[in-house]
Amino acid sequence: MPQDAPVTSEAAVADNPAKVQNARVLARLHQLFGEDAFTDVEEPYGLLTATTTRERIHGIIAGLKQDQEIALNFLTTMCGINYPENVGKELGMIYHLHSLTQNIRLRLKIFFPVADPVVPTLTDVYLTANWMEREAYDFFGVIFTGHPNLIRILNVEDMDYHPMRKEYPLEDGTREDKTDLFFGR
Amino acid sequence: MAVNDTLEGTHHIIEEAHEQQDKILLPMHNDFNQELTTLNLGPTHPATHGIFQNILQMDGERIVSGVPTIGYIHRAFEKIAERRPFYQITTLTDRMNYCSSPINNLGWHMTVEKMLGVTVPKRAQYMRVIMMELARISDHLICNSILGVDTGAFTGFLYVFQEREKIYEIYEEVCGARLTTNMGRVGGMERDFTPVAIEKLRAWLKSFPAVMKEFESMFNRNRIFMDRVVNVGGISAEKALDYGFTGPNLRAAGVDYDVRVMNPYSSYEDFEFDIPVGTNGDTYDRFMVRNEEIWQSLRIINQALDKLPEGPYHADAPHYYLPPKDAVYKNMEALIYHFKIVMGEIDAPVGEVYHSVEGGNGELGFYLVSDGGRTPYRLHFRRPCFIYYQAYPEMAVGTTLSDAIVILSSMNVIAGELDA
Repeated sequence: MPQDAPVTSEAAVADNPAKVQNARVLARLHQLFGEDAFTDVEEPYGLLTATTTRERIHGIIAGLKQDQEIALNFLTTMCGINYPENVGKELGMIYHLHSLTQNIRLRLKIFFPVADPVVPTLTDVYLTANWMEREAYDFFGVIFTGHPNLIRILNVEDMDYHPMRKEYPLEDGTREDKTDLFFGR
Repeated sequence: MAVNDTLEGTHHIIEEAHEQQDKILLPMHNDFNQELTTLNLGPTHPATHGIFQNILQMDGERIVSGVPTIGYIHRAFEKIAERRPFYQITTLTDRMNYCSSPINNLGWHMTVEKMLGVTVPKRAQYMRVIMMELARISDHLICNSILGVDTGAFTGFLYVFQEREKIYEIYEEVCGARLTTNMGRVGGMERDFTPVAIEKLRAWLKSFPAVMKEFESMFNRNRIFMDRVVNVGGISAEKALDYGFTGPNLRAAGVDYDVRVMNPYSSYEDFEFDIPVGTNGDTYDRFMVRNEEIWQSLRIINQALDKLPEGPYHADAPHYYLPPKDAVYKNMEALIYHFKIVMGEIDAPVGEVYHSVEGGNGELGFYLVSDGGRTPYRLHFRRPCFIYYQAYPEMAVGTTLSDAIVILSSMNVIAGELDA
């Protein structure tokens, strides 16, 4: 970010209602699933974010759907992500949950090795998870155990790779006339 | 849950999934009384309003099962976005829901502004509200009038398409384009409303209600229309939430979730409007909810135009907002900023941000992960119709083919957004 940054939104005040709410949600999460279930708890741009493990994710999201107190019972979206340099945690899934009654949003992340991209499915918790998981399988090769119909959704069926992984550059990697040394990835 | 399956296990899972898929596609029916017909609805069927396919199993006129196939116009926007500077991604968002592209454009700008911490002046926010509500009206007009066409009522479509044309003329006056608008910039709008734009807007606000009333009087209590849509394709609120419905489709099922009210953006909290809800989530409810939303959008536009504050139409954020072109030729700083912005030399903060706006057909979300570079590290679009279209087989099974067409039409599925 440049030194003389432009007009920013007001600095977070101490009694920021979003922060108070996030603290409440986090306390409830710890109460329900134990403090050791969540790591890297952050609040980027006010949205409570926590990392958990793939062994726990199904139980947590199913438990949150049942929980009456914070009622996080709407799966907004989920998507894959790829960090090739994080050895052993190359692939990730990011879940966004929303409580429509209390207007709480929660972002949960899990990371796992690219060699073993197996994650439990959420299709038994949310019907909407079906296509979202097919999309993540299609683009990142995440395998969802228990998914009823885990096939490609947007790409052609005979594609033999998962194109959103960082190892596949957007442009033809064999071209030498277009090295982007200065601009672009 | 077998999480620790090795890769061998995963192949087995995929094979099983393929078998499962074959079973769905090729149901074995030994019952001689029930001979099923396979019908390909799409990919280029006029009633799909876009390119996607439904493989339907028909027992006579009734639908026994349906398998949607999508991806015919997949353009890998999420991958392309990983190589584009933030301001160049706007043109990708145009091509998602092309019936209401200003909402997509401005939603994207708001996401980037949220990440950069840029506060947009009130005037620009109100201008954005006006454009977004115009887009919502044109989106709903298309959906509802095409629903009329699919039930055999062509006239209403022609009436309101004239009005949509006028909306597009307002777009033209504001941003220069009609369909893929590329409207606004990070930090505000690219130019102020011209007097002609205001004049056109006011004239349209005067003339449109009469047309809308006519449209409603043609459909709302029309016996033929009601016979086709009442109690067709109903979905309960629980099911709709489970399927991730948002927007008018969810509101038709009776859940009053609207991003504009729950998480107000761009000064929506300044305006007074109602959220119409339906009761049983059928095609008629979806139609009525959209009609009422058009009236509410008109209310918002009228308020925004009357209260349109004076002042700048973009933030004072020279690092992100392109300077005026004449200043680039005469002013050193403007030239430097212009170069830096266009060449993408200005780094973004590291972080991740989720921002959502109420799109024409639901919650349109942008999940942006930035690693500090000139392009997003990862950008995920929460496309509302991708998420709710998966409920279509369940809604269509058991109905007749003609009902299935009407249900599809009333769900407002836009192929560009479906496939991204």
